[in-house]
Amino acid sequence: MRDEVILLIEQCLNGLQFGLLLFLLAAGLTLVFGIMDLVNLAHGSFYMLGAYFAATFAALTGSFVLGGVLALAATLVVGMAAELIAIRKLYGRDHLDHVLGTFGLILFFNELVRLVWGPAGMNLPLPPYLGGAIEILPGVYYPAYRIAVIAAALMIALLLYLVVMRTRVGMLIRAGASNREMVGALGINVQLLYTFVFGAGAALAGLAGLIQAPILTAHIGMGENILIVALVVIIIGGVGSIRGAFMAAIFVGIVDTVGRAFLPDLFRLVMTPAAASTLAPALSSMLIYVVMAIVLVVRPQGLFPVDGK
Amino acid sequence: MNKTLVAAGALLAGLSLPAVAQQRSIKIGFVSTFSGPPAVIGADMRNSFELALDHLGRTMGGLPIEVIYEDDQQKPEVGKQKTEKLILSDHVDFIVGYIWSNVLLASLKPAIDSKTILISANAGPSQIAGELCSPYFFSTSWQNDQTPAAVGLFMNQKGVKNTYLIGPNYAAGKDMMVGVKATFKGKIVGEEYTRWPDQLDFSAELSKVRAAKPDAAFAFYPGAAGVQFLNQYVQAGLKGQVPLYTAFTIDETTLPRQGENAIGIPGAQQWVNDLPNDANRKFVADYKAKYKASPSFYGAQTYDAALLVNSAVVAVKGDVARKADMIKTMEKADFASVRGSYRYGNNHFPIQNFYLQDVVKGPDGTVVLKTVATVVKDDQDVFHDKCAMK
Repeated sequence: MRDEVILLIEQCLNGLQFGLLLFLLAAGLTLVFGIMDLVNLAHGSFYMLGAYFAATFAALTGSFVLGGVLALAATLVVGMAAELIAIRKLYGRDHLDHVLGTFGLILFFNELVRLVWGPAGMNLPLPPYLGGAIEILPGVYYPAYRIAVIAAALMIALLLYLVVMRTRVGMLIRAGASNREMVGALGINVQLLYTFVFGAGAALAGLAGLIQAPILTAHIGMGENILIVALVVIIIGGVGSIRGAFMAAIFVGIVDTVGRAFLPDLFRLVMTPAAASTLAPALSSMLIYVVMAIVLVVRPQGLFPVDGK
Repeated sequence: MNKTLVAAGALLAGLSLPAVAQQRSIKIGFVSTFSGPPAVIGADMRNSFELALDHLGRTMGGLPIEVIYEDDQQKPEVGKQKTEKLILSDHVDFIVGYIWSNVLLASLKPAIDSKTILISANAGPSQIAGELCSPYFFSTSWQNDQTPAAVGLFMNQKGVKNTYLIGPNYAAGKDMMVGVKATFKGKIVGEEYTRWPDQLDFSAELSKVRAAKPDAAFAFYPGAAGVQFLNQYVQAGLKGQVPLYTAFTIDETTLPRQGENAIGIPGAQQWVNDLPNDANRKFVADYKAKYKASPSFYGAQTYDAALLVNSAVVAVKGDVARKADMIKTMEKADFASVRGSYRYGNNHFPIQNFYLQDVVKGPDGTVVLKTVATVVKDDQDVFHDKCAMK
């Protein structure tokens, strides 16, 4: 196969993998925002906790998979506890209070992690069968772990779709996203629903974090930068919409990765290498925000808005 | 009533007392990163500085030492603000520290304008070695381009014909690439600058490295980013395919988390933990005893910075107002540096040796850095001609 084609395939896979990861984060964020009308900046903290839990449990149990499962359960518990103790007090107040309250939680969790695990961060080593690169097509090598991430994330997305579209809980979630007051008026235990949704959102973020841990290492503050991108995703996708989050996450993932990969070369065709190497990284890091701005102008409600809003 | 007045008077008198009675001390401001992932580097620098003060008996020229540590959060604007605070409200005699070139560039002017002697214990941007050079600035590290230039020389020795460069998009990242290009005789087949410091996933760039099929790759990723970069390089299966050469990517602050991934990956450095001189043996042994960890080059440079300050203070017998005399003493670099002796160039950057370091398994099974060879002797940066100081 020609080198350019191989590179393009690889870059699309890179974009897909990043996009799916963003989806896991954005799904929880958009559910919490859509259903509970809560702006949760601390979402990134659960992403960080997922990574730390996974690194810790994997080291304790000696198993990568078991460590991941335990980490997922632990983030779910922490998420539900956070809802019961802190988040619950914020419902019914305005968005600025949410921002302040959950920003405080970010500081709390960052400091907590520093106290428990220290400032250095943690590595989550991969098991040998995931550690190297495999030949996925003739001549196309790709990290085995990233392939596993793509497969696992697609499965989670499918599972999430089935839960949301085919189960009673999913029906309540969709109803909550469309009209919160009506769900409560129909005698649904909204408090319980909120605790569940918040915990599930936290677990999804934790899953994204534990998936990233072998690639990025677990470190303090890892959730903050990626949360900004996840917010971009839910704005593009439409607040409260899982389908929108999925489409927008894949789109943002590919735009960001492919832009980063090919813009510098494109620029070098028309300007000096020095100018291109200054301008291209700057522009490629702005690319997704440009896309968001265009979406906000053309379709302020997002590309896949929830019906009835 | 009178009693209250007397008490108030006594209180007020008490307020003004300490200023008169207080013994003079040497005040040193210390700016580094103490939060976020780079806090590991900041801690190594602080530990080494404190160890140096221990070795000095916590006095300089007979005066007690007071150190004020400030966190720059790896942000240029915060670094500048902290530097200004140290000068204007703490009235420090010296400022030491600075990991990041962009932070140092932002913080330099307030120090120079106030004629406060600033010693960079790490960052060495090309601008300060050249047109921005100042009598009040000293480096106990290197100019950014020197280390990668030494790596470039080593790549020539290994017969590398073409290479792919990758590093972060900020002041030091650019200096590093210029440094390699200055000495590397082969072809540069590609050059990538990644967003800094928030981009930690290098999948797109590593795919391009693989597609370019170079003889070798050169990377500069300081601090925690070095762990992430190396992890991903190995996961992509590139370690076996494209030999990696590095500058400031593998050190004692990152090695515990890089582990086996780092074995056999060479780099250049002006200091390695096993350099055979007495000052270094004492530094490394005492550091290990006190902190139960190994010092990195960041720490070694900071240790030297403390000794450099001490040499100046001792020369003027504690009269730190005699700045010109202190600068003259510092220019001699007359102290037992842990890297072995070195000289200062006209721009106050060291003229020194650079060593090839390799990562090997130590006798106890842990992964350690080891000196392999001297790549270049008495190396001076290429920007000193642009410095107006003679």
